[in-house]
Amino acid sequence: MKKNKTLVINSARCKACGLCIHFCPKKALSLCGEFNDMGYNFVQSDQELCVKCNTCGTICPDVVLKVVED
Amino acid sequence: MKTFREEKNFSWCPGCGHGIVARLCAELIEENNLRDRTCCVVGIGCGGFHHHYMEIDALEAAHGRSIPVATGYKLGLPDNFVYTLQGDGDCASIGLAELMHAANRGTPITVIMVNNGVFGMTGGQMSPETLISQKTPTCPFGRDAKLHGNPLKVSEMMQEMDGVAYLARLSVATPTLVRKAKKGLAQAFKAQEEKLGFSFVEILSPCPTGWNMKVVDSYQRLAKEVAEILPVKEFINKVGGES
Repeated sequence: MKKNKTLVINSARCKACGLCIHFCPKKALSLCGEFNDMGYNFVQSDQELCVKCNTCGTICPDVVLKVVED
Repeated sequence: MKTFREEKNFSWCPGCGHGIVARLCAELIEENNLRDRTCCVVGIGCGGFHHHYMEIDALEAAHGRSIPVATGYKLGLPDNFVYTLQGDGDCASIGLAELMHAANRGTPITVIMVNNGVFGMTGGQMSPETLISQKTPTCPFGRDAKLHGNPLKVSEMMQEMDGVAYLARLSVATPTLVRKAKKGLAQAFKAQEEKLGFSFVEILSPCPTGWNMKVVDSYQRLAKEVAEILPVKEFINKVGGES
């Protein structure tokens, strides 16, 4: 059975460094234009483009993104 | 993940490599079930915040003295797991003597040196690891070998120490290298768990604030310029596993 994967974004931790956007192979990530409690313009994902490869979760220096399996 | 305190935001600057190292350590402690008997000894500098985000025992040592504190801890509680997390300013400049003697003795501890080439916390001053021609507030015209000396290659130097069971230089410049770094760190932890001897890991990390660069540019510099002079490499592996 195929596992159901989802990309979880903990936007409260995001510092808008842009590394995930730079390394995303499908260009599914972007800054959303809103601000979190720390005042950073946090990251958002396009779920249709995302292939749940967890590249963003590997490079993220602030543990914002991770792919979780059901 | 129990080891990692997700509710507490990192105090490091955006894009800091310390965050990646902290996550890798937390993941490995969790995967190897070490949390109940782990002690982390941190030095002074940005690396000194490492344990704030972990649910593990921790000690803060004086500047450069993490390794003697870790050695004492290991002698008192030999079954516990102890690792030190230090920056290059802490480990390679003031703590160099401690590092070399612990390595020569083969004390079964793990030392992680996060090498970003500057004293990040105090404003990006020149450290022993600053590369030639790199500009910092204390060498505003670039580091000059005649005036400031050459950068210290700690991993190459440590090759000559007989007590070292695992020695590698890792990097967090790209996702591929981060995955490789996790495998290397796992080997270093295993070297201590199997009581093979001293394990030392140097992790190349960017300091976008200290280097006065944009985050993505600093990661590119790390992958190209820094990796040319300090190659990512496994020097000694007595554990035998793949990394």
